[in-house]
Order: sequence, then structure tokens, then C-alpha cells
Amino acid sequence: MDAIILQILNGLDKGSAYALIALGLTLIFGTLGVVNFAHGALFMIGAFCAVTLSNVFQISRTVIDETRTDFLGNPLKVEIPYVVDWFGESAGAAIIDWAVPLAILFAIPIMITVGFIMERGLIKHFYKRPHADQILVTFGLAIVLQEVIKYFYGANPIPTPAPEAFRGSFDFGTMLGFEANQILYPYWRLVYFFFAAIIIAGVFAFLQFTTFGMVVRAGMADRETVGLLGIDIDRRFTIMFGLAAAVAGLAGVMYVPISPPNYHMGMDFLVLSFVVVVVGGMGSLPGAVLAGFLLGILESFASMREVIAFIPGINQVIIYLVAVVILLTLPRGLMGRKGVMED
Amino acid sequence: MTDQTIQTISRDPAPTAPAHRAKARESTVLGLTRKDLTLLIVVAILTVFAPFILNPFPADSALAQFNAGYPDLMQRFVIFGIFAIGFNILFGLTGYLSFGHAAFLGVGSFAGVWMFKLLGMNVLYAIVASVAFAGLFSVVVGFVSLRRSGIYFSILTLAFAQMSFALAYSVLTPITGGETGLQLAKTDPRIFGQSIADDGNIPVPSFFGLEMRDSTTLYMGGWEFTLNVGYYLCAVVMLVAFYVAIRIFRSPFAMMLRAVKSNQQRMNYTGLNPKPYMLAAFVISGMYAGLAGGLMVSMDPLAGAERMQWTASGEVVLMTILGGAGTLIGPVLGAGFIKYFENIFSKINQATLEGWFSVFPDGLSDLLVTLVYPFVGKGWHLTLGILFMLVVIFLPGGLVQGGQKLATVFRRDKNANAVEGPAADQRSQAGE
Amino acid sequence: MGILEVRDVSKNFGGLKALSDVNLSVAEGTVHAIIGPNGAGKSTLLNCLVGKLIPDTGSVSFEGQSVLGRKPHEINQMGISRVFQTPEIFGDLSVLENMMIPCFAKRDGAFELNAYGRMMADGEIVERAEHMLEDMNMADKRKMHAASMSRGDKRRLEIGMCLAQEPRLLLLDEPTAGMARADTNNTIDLLKQIKEDRPITIAIIEHDMHVVFSLAERITVLAQGTPLVEDTPANIKGHPKVREAYLGEQSGH
Repeated sequence: MDAIILQILNGLDKGSAYALIALGLTLIFGTLGVVNFAHGALFMIGAFCAVTLSNVFQISRTVIDETRTDFLGNPLKVEIPYVVDWFGESAGAAIIDWAVPLAILFAIPIMITVGFIMERGLIKHFYKRPHADQILVTFGLAIVLQEVIKYFYGANPIPTPAPEAFRGSFDFGTMLGFEANQILYPYWRLVYFFFAAIIIAGVFAFLQFTTFGMVVRAGMADRETVGLLGIDIDRRFTIMFGLAAAVAGLAGVMYVPISPPNYHMGMDFLVLSFVVVVVGGMGSLPGAVLAGFLLGILESFASMREVIAFIPGINQVIIYLVAVVILLTLPRGLMGRKGVMED
Repeated sequence: MTDQTIQTISRDPAPTAPAHRAKARESTVLGLTRKDLTLLIVVAILTVFAPFILNPFPADSALAQFNAGYPDLMQRFVIFGIFAIGFNILFGLTGYLSFGHAAFLGVGSFAGVWMFKLLGMNVLYAIVASVAFAGLFSVVVGFVSLRRSGIYFSILTLAFAQMSFALAYSVLTPITGGETGLQLAKTDPRIFGQSIADDGNIPVPSFFGLEMRDSTTLYMGGWEFTLNVGYYLCAVVMLVAFYVAIRIFRSPFAMMLRAVKSNQQRMNYTGLNPKPYMLAAFVISGMYAGLAGGLMVSMDPLAGAERMQWTASGEVVLMTILGGAGTLIGPVLGAGFIKYFENIFSKINQATLEGWFSVFPDGLSDLLVTLVYPFVGKGWHLTLGILFMLVVIFLPGGLVQGGQKLATVFRRDKNANAVEGPAADQRSQAGE
Repeated sequence: MGILEVRDVSKNFGGLKALSDVNLSVAEGTVHAIIGPNGAGKSTLLNCLVGKLIPDTGSVSFEGQSVLGRKPHEINQMGISRVFQTPEIFGDLSVLENMMIPCFAKRDGAFELNAYGRMMADGEIVERAEHMLEDMNMADKRKMHAASMSRGDKRRLEIGMCLAQEPRLLLLDEPTAGMARADTNNTIDLLKQIKEDRPITIAIIEHDMHVVFSLAERITVLAQGTPLVEDTPANIKGHPKVREAYLGEQSGH
């Protein structure tokens, strides 16, 4: 029992990331009808926003501290970050410590801008082209983006910690009446899950309760008719692209402490997120979220030692296997709409 | 994208029907029309003389780094050429974009190495087995994936390839060698050959005694040309594969595939079931990929799982698109182009650039080096990505289409006074 | 017993009754039109006949054999060809190639992996296709890219492709929709010509009354998923129920 709860919890954070990326992918499919292979790259860019901000906060000036000496007896050189200079000792240290959450503020405008540029500069010209062309051009873009990141940040993963307050683990077991240390769950993963839940809820609320969202939903259902109503659907769709980019970016920002980002993390997540979208049903937002969590948890169960002993290697292929089975039995995925991408 | 391959198509109505009827039964050699035969002969000449053509610079000149006439690289040209030709039979003719073709190349490679381990070092074993196993595997993958079309098909093939990769990397280690890859050992049985060669080493791949690594180097003045057995074996196989591809492209089977691509609905309502045609195309292209894998291990008898990764599948997509999907020569050009520049660009380092730009004043030279450096050396993939985007955006027909456009511009200038009719006719002929 | 027998066919989409208890009998060798206002279920009925949709209840049989549960290409091979509302042709192929494919399907619809022969070397198929194009007065367009033709020519080619299979029943789904008057008249003449030349049965779904009354020998009026009346054109013209169905539709707009 405790093992099962632990696996469900372990699946949640990866599932959250899949769900957030798949949500953005689906928004783009549904509104623009574009298959965006560069969406994983947006997730990666988000992660590197966090890395960048963390690096920026640590830009320091070197001072010579006469009161202390190193082991040779020379005066010690101390690096003092500028933020400490500006905000004082404790506030400055707190800012550095909280770099990752603060990066959310930094990442939102950047991701929206990146999204706008991508849509206006490239994707826009591919609305009428075949899906194969859309896949190919965004695939090319994904390569370019990841190579740019690799050029600036190198090929190695860059560890960037969560704030001090969220390091360590939370003992879920005692809460549920199990013995201590049975179900340990890192605080940050919990944070990530709630963060993802808030973003997902936010996106749904935005689509459900605002006029803007209503128009977008109508456009997803029938683009031409909405266009005929004299509504400038294109501009709204551009904004949707920016939003989808921001969702992917934020998913990346907050994922940094869970797994140190590297330049190919986008591609790794992209392939799986696509599978998630397909399992959830092309064009279905709830489907994407549901499938994201479902597959994250399934993957986590498949990694249990007992399961691997029973079916070796299952943890590696479970997601793909599920995708194949789902696609063959439920052609439109779990919650897919009729006629989406079925040409 | 396909219209350049269809010789009978022209946007101008034909003047009289009977004249064309006569043309329908034009004479053929080896089942090829004159135009196709010319293409085959040109490709044959280029491949046979590649060791010379690709080494235009003297061995000790500064430009020698642009030479591509060494065996290893030339082998890669033709092997990836085969891979891309096969991919094009699926993508070019049917429009089905597979993102999992590297899996077949991987299966072919593993099958090939196993033949070396079990039967003997004759490359024939490896080549036959690689084609057969890749074919079998593609029947399974194709049968499942082809139940869906469009983006779903792409994702299904991707899922299969990733599954194969993940399994090859972990559970299937006894068969695939896992992380270290599958290698030959002195303890391998090799029932039709020797486990250990006379010199005490692991024997090397050969074709009835002709060792793949054997080379002859010709010295002519400052030039060096290496003629390698392995390369010529690959080249012959590639020419056969190319010939078969031309025959396929001109066959009724290809017409059916293009019909499926053009309108699957009409195909169904014409009483034809598209599925077997698609599956046949998928398996043929899978066998080509397997053949490429078999040749790869024949040149260098070890195979690793990373060969099956989806980025490797992406590479063959890239080659085909870059060269020109749906055209005969395009995939070969694309493969050569990408492998050549991969090799050249990766070799350029900061010092090389500084050497080139030293003719400029200091500040400018530094600036140029800084600007160019990200795109060369390890940055080759960046260049590749940009190139790929540019091709998809501006030149969906790839290099072949680019060449045609240039040719058209050129012809227009020459025949400025000619009427539009003949010009258009030439344009459609330039497609071959 | 007609060549096509539809018995008690019903089809629901969710809660919407698209067809309820449709009975229809198309007599061999006639031109039978099915008319009705928008949303009357004409297209649903047609899709049930060709295997694109499977009715919830009822039976559809062609020449005494049930078509239900068969795939579109199998139903086609039984001898039913379909012309679509927007011409469905192989746009990327030449006109001649377009015509060769049904000729091939007619000879042997089974899968044949002829990847080694030459497309144009199959004299029998090329001959038949050329002949069919001449029949359709399209021989001069044989080398054209099919997608670049006018809509009227595409329609002509599509009908020719269907005829090349020598079907016993030709289904036409609003064959003149979106056509200019001249093209419409050409299509009417073409269909009349076809009927004269061959012992074929034609079922036509049409909105344009001009087309219907120029061609049909029998008319079934469909409204809200059920057949209202079936009669000769002369009788249909003045039928009160039909007027009601149409006027009802117009006031609903």
C-alpha cells in the first residue's frame, strides 16, 4: 500500500510536466492546427531562464577581506554578489536562494515574446502547408534552439537548487498513518505538482470564463465561422501561441530543481509529450492533462523493482506501449474530438 | 513535390493524342527510358570516380581539408544514400512521414553483426540477414502503424523506434550489447569461417576473400587517391539499389502509391484497398534501411543502440527533404551533402577560421571569427538546423527543385524570345 | 425487386435521428433521384450505401447481396461507383494516370505488387484508359495535371473514372453543386449520353431541380430522415407534401 502511494506521488511531478507541455501542444493544435515539434524547446528555454537568472544573481565583485586570510596567510579574496550589495546581506541572500521561483516573473515576458516571434515569424506561414511540412520546419527550429542553448550553456546539465526552505523531504507516511520514513516525498516535487495544478486550472478558467477564451474555444471548434463573425481570430491565436509558450516555459522553470537542465531535455520531453497528446486525444485539453498524469504515474509504477523483475525493461517502454495500444483501440485517444488531424 | 518525377505530366494540353500514344511505348534499356538510363549512368560514373572527384586538392595543400575522397567518408556517402533512397520510396511516393526508420537500420546492423559472429566474416551473410530482418521487423511495425495516417502515423513510428531503442539499450543487452554496443570477439563460433584469424586477431569482414579495409593509394603529383574495396562494394550495392528505386518509381506500383498520396478516398471508391500498397512501400523502404545497416557493419563490424534513436531517424528525413523528396536523385544528393558538410564543418576550428580571416584587419578578423565560429566545428548541428528550416520554408522541393529553378532562370535568359509553350515543356523535362 | 434495396434503415448521431426507417428500391436501368431539403438525410443515406457509414438498423442490398459490413472498396467491387459532391480525383496525377487506375481496378482489384514493370508498358490498361478518355472527350487533356483542370473537367474526369470500372450502379452526390450553368448543362448532357450508351442504373442526389427534372425517371423525396413520397417527376412536381417540405425549409432559413 505504502509503495503504491509512493509510486503515485513519484509519478505526479513527471506527470505534471507532461501535462503542462501537452496542454500547450494541444492549445496550438486546437487553435492553429499546427503540429509544433519545437514545443519541447520552449520547455527547455524556460528551464534555462531559471539557470540564467540564478547565474545573474550570482554575478559578483571581488573584494579583499583584510580580516581573513587563506591558508598561505594572504588576505582572502571574497566574492560579493551585487544583489547583496544592493539589497543588504539577508535580503540579497534570500534573492539568490529564491532564484528559481523568481525566474517565473522573469520567464513570463520572455516566453511570451519568444512565442509571439515564433508564431508571427514562422508558424504563421505554415497554416496552409501540409502537416508534414509543419513537423519538419518546427523540427528544424527545435534543433536550432537547442544548439543555441548548447553554444551558450555547454552540453552538461547545470544543477540549480530549489530554495533552502523546500529542500529536504516531506514524510507523507506519518500523515496517512504509516510508519515514519515509509513515504518520503521531496518538498519541491510537491510544490511542482501544486504549481502545475494552478497553471492548468488557470488556463481552463481563462478559456472558460473570459470572452477571449470563449472566442478561442469557438475558434477551436470552427475557425471559419468565427472568422466570418468579424472577429480577428488570427490575433487571438497569436496570443494563444504566446500563452502556450509561457505554459511550457513555466513548466521548464520550475522543473529545474527536479532535474538539472541540459540542452536536449526539450527533445526528450517532446517525444513523450507528443505521445501524451495522442493518448489523450488530439485537440482535447482535458484529455491532454488526464493522459499526462496517467502516463506519468504509469511510468512510475513500471519503474518499481517488483514490476521490472516481472517484465524486464517495461519501465523504458510503458508509455510507448500504452500509446500503441490506445491508438489501435481508441483511434481518437481517450478524449479526442472527431476529425482532428485525420486527413 | 512529386510532379517533377512524373514525366508524363505537363500543364500544357498535348496537341494531338496519337503522337503521344506512340510515345507511350517508347523503347527502353534495362527497363529504363533514355532519360532514366542517362541519370543512372551519370550516377554510376560519379560513384566509380568519386575517389578522384572528391579529392580535388593536393594532399599537402591548405585546402586538403576540403577533400572528401577518403574511404570512411565515401562509404558513409553511399550507405546513407541507400538509406535515404529507401526512405524516399515511402515518404516521396506516399507522403507518409516515418519518424522511426532508424530502427530498421539498427535492426539491420545488429543482424549483420550477429551473422559475423555466428556464420563468418563474409559480408554477404551480413547483407542478406540485415535486409531480411529489417524486412520482417518493418512488416510488424508497418502493419500496426499504417492503421492510422497523418500525424498519428508519424507518432506511432516514433513510438516504435523509441521502444526499440529503449529495449536495445537495456533489456536486450544480451542481443544488442547494450551500452557498449555489439562487438565481435575471438570466442565467436563463426561456423563457416575462423573464430580467430591466422594473425591471432579477430578476422575482418571480407567479400569472398576480398577484405573490406583493403586499399590502394595512387600518388599522382601532389595528389593522393585511395581506392578502397569496402567503398566499391558499397558503391555497387548503392547503384543496384538506385536502379531498383528507378524501376519502382516508374512502375504501376508507384502510380498506386502516388494515387494513395493524392486521394485516399478516391482510391477506396475505385475498389482498391490502399493498405497492402502502403505496407509494401513501408517494407521495401524498411529493407533499404536494413541494407544500409548491413553495409555499415560490413565496413566497421560493431553496432550500437544509439543508431536507432529518433534523432537518427530525423537525420534521414533531413537528407531526403534537403535533396528533394519524391525525386530520384534528391535523396542521394541530400545524403552526400549532409555527410560532406558534417565532416568538413566539424573539422573547422577556431585556428582554421583565424587563418582564413587573417587577410582582414585585426578587429574585423576577430569579429568574423566570433560570428562564424558558432556555426562550425561543434556547431555543425546549428548550421544544419538553419539550413533545414530554410529548405522547408523556401524550397520544399529541396536541392533538386533549387537546381531546376536555377536552370529555368538560365533558360529563360537564353530563350528570351521563345514562346512560353516550349519553355514550360523544358521546365517539366528538367525535372528528371 | 430493384437492383438496390434499402430496407428499414435508421441511423442516429448521438441523439439526432438522421435516418429513420428508410425504404427505397431503385429499379434496374432507371435514373432515380433522391431529393429533399438540407438536413433531410440524403448524404447520410448515400454514405450508408457505400460503406462509409454503417446503419444502426435495417439492411441494404445490391443485386441481392448485402453491402452492410463491407468496406468501401469491397462495395465498389460489387459494382457500385460513386461520384462525389466535390470531384474526388487524383489531383497530383496526370489525367491519363487518373484514368488508368480504375482501369487497373476493373481488371484485377486485388493487390498486385508490380514494382518492376513499366507503368506505361501495360498496353491493355493504357489502351483502355485512352479509349475511356476519348469517350469522355478528354483525349486532348491526357497529359494535364488533373488538379489544374476546371471544375467541369474534373467532374467529367471523375464520372469517366467511375464508368471505366463498368459499374452496374452509379451514385452521384449533387454532381452539379457549385457549377456554372454551362457546366451544369454539359454534365446533364453527359449523363444523358451515358444512360443512352449503357445499361446502367443511376441514383442521383440533387438539390438543383433543373437537373433532377431533366434526368430522373423516378424521384424519392426525403424529409427529416424519412421518405415522404416516391413517384414520377410529373407527379412529384405538383405534390403538396413536397411543396410543404421545401417551403418549410425556406421559411426556416
